[in-house]
Amino acid sequence: MKSRYDALVIGGGPGGAIAAGELAGAGHSVCLVEKRPAIGAPVRCAEGIGKDVLKEFIAPDDRWISAEINGARIVAPDGVSMTVEQQMAGSKVGYILDRKIFDRDLVWQAASRGAEVHVKTRATGPIVEDGAVKGAVLETCGTTRKVKADVVIAADGVESKFARWCGVDSAVPLRELMSCAQYILTDIDIDPGLTVFYLGNKVAPEGYAWVFPKGDRTANVGIGISGRRSRDGNRARDYLDRFVAAQFPGGKTIEYIVGGVSVCRPLPCTVADGLMVVGDAARLADPMTGGGIYNAMKTGRLAAGVASESISSGDCSSSALMAYDRAWRDSKLGKTLERNWRIKEYFITLSDEKLNTIIHSISKMNLKDFSVFNLVKELIRHNPRLLLELKGLHDSLKAG
Amino acid sequence: MLVIHRECCGYCGACVSVCPEGALELVDAFLTVDNACRSCGVCARVCPVGALEVCDEEPV
Repeated sequence: MKSRYDALVIGGGPGGAIAAGELAGAGHSVCLVEKRPAIGAPVRCAEGIGKDVLKEFIAPDDRWISAEINGARIVAPDGVSMTVEQQMAGSKVGYILDRKIFDRDLVWQAASRGAEVHVKTRATGPIVEDGAVKGAVLETCGTTRKVKADVVIAADGVESKFARWCGVDSAVPLRELMSCAQYILTDIDIDPGLTVFYLGNKVAPEGYAWVFPKGDRTANVGIGISGRRSRDGNRARDYLDRFVAAQFPGGKTIEYIVGGVSVCRPLPCTVADGLMVVGDAARLADPMTGGGIYNAMKTGRLAAGVASESISSGDCSSSALMAYDRAWRDSKLGKTLERNWRIKEYFITLSDEKLNTIIHSISKMNLKDFSVFNLVKELIRHNPRLLLELKGLHDSLKAG
Repeated sequence: MLVIHRECCGYCGACVSVCPEGALELVDAFLTVDNACRSCGVCARVCPVGALEVCDEEPV
């Protein structure tokens, strides 16, 4: 490890890997550090991603695609379900990934473009000079080093400690942190091409339970509930165990993971002098779905583009780096995040009875494109009375 | 004070992200708490498995 780089990337998930790869590809010296001893493990993810957005970053590879998804099913609290198959929309919909292999491939790609990679290496604090971030203190197996950089990219995931050490308050409100638990269950009867979402306050208060196929008889079966609904006897894992007992009593658990997903608005500002924050660390997971892989890769790429220019011009002040903050906020991603946050705020207020009514109503629609946007648009078209409750939501849809 | 039940902890970091004081830190698979902790219990609420507990005093 050198004592100085153009850019230092904290975290070896998809956001950090893409940022490091793009910067190295642009000819900059880059160091990526990952505190875990292995990239991609332990997984803290349900592993779903859209086909169309994935291919912006990497060509699909059978080594890390667990399943190909061609439709989605939503199950109402009363058990009535609606299914949307994607045959109308061409080659769209998504994949369930194997994140252990996927994440490693992304870092591999970054390394082959020239980025230096160090695992089991943890940032313990920033180097700050005249109020600007100038690098980080890194710790590897008891050895501490100071490593300087023109720009530090914080891609340290849901914990988001690096930004916090730099004075950016990244703490998530309890109610907007989804407390999650997931099993990989095998030997279960599933539709291997369908993702299934179970809604309802008894199943998963303010969240949902999911079944994401990983093979013909294997799936990620998980649950997320709002932090404010979590308490002894009714924690994410308790809800998951009850869900599995009801839906997959014969299933065999071959992996068990837990995690947190933020469903709040993004950080008010994702840059500071010498610092850029990307992905989950910037609170950019989708508030409606909890999905964060694409948003991390996209903001990793946008951050790298602006960082590259700033490094070359010798100005890594927050005003120069603000071009990154503006870029993602003005992009489709930024607008979708704001819109989906508003929709989420509405959905969490719904009783099971109302959720039933809405899902029964959707099941009668002819939905060709299963997106949050189309879902809500159709919902309002079929239930004009909803508009009264959803005035702000409707306006934001028109704006989006 | 905050007690970490390590036999339950899934080292997911959910607690780290809600801590208002930044007192928690996940060192690979080992959760640490420093003296900025005010025992507010937000972390204990959010934990998916119940691995955190605010106790009045140190358990014997």
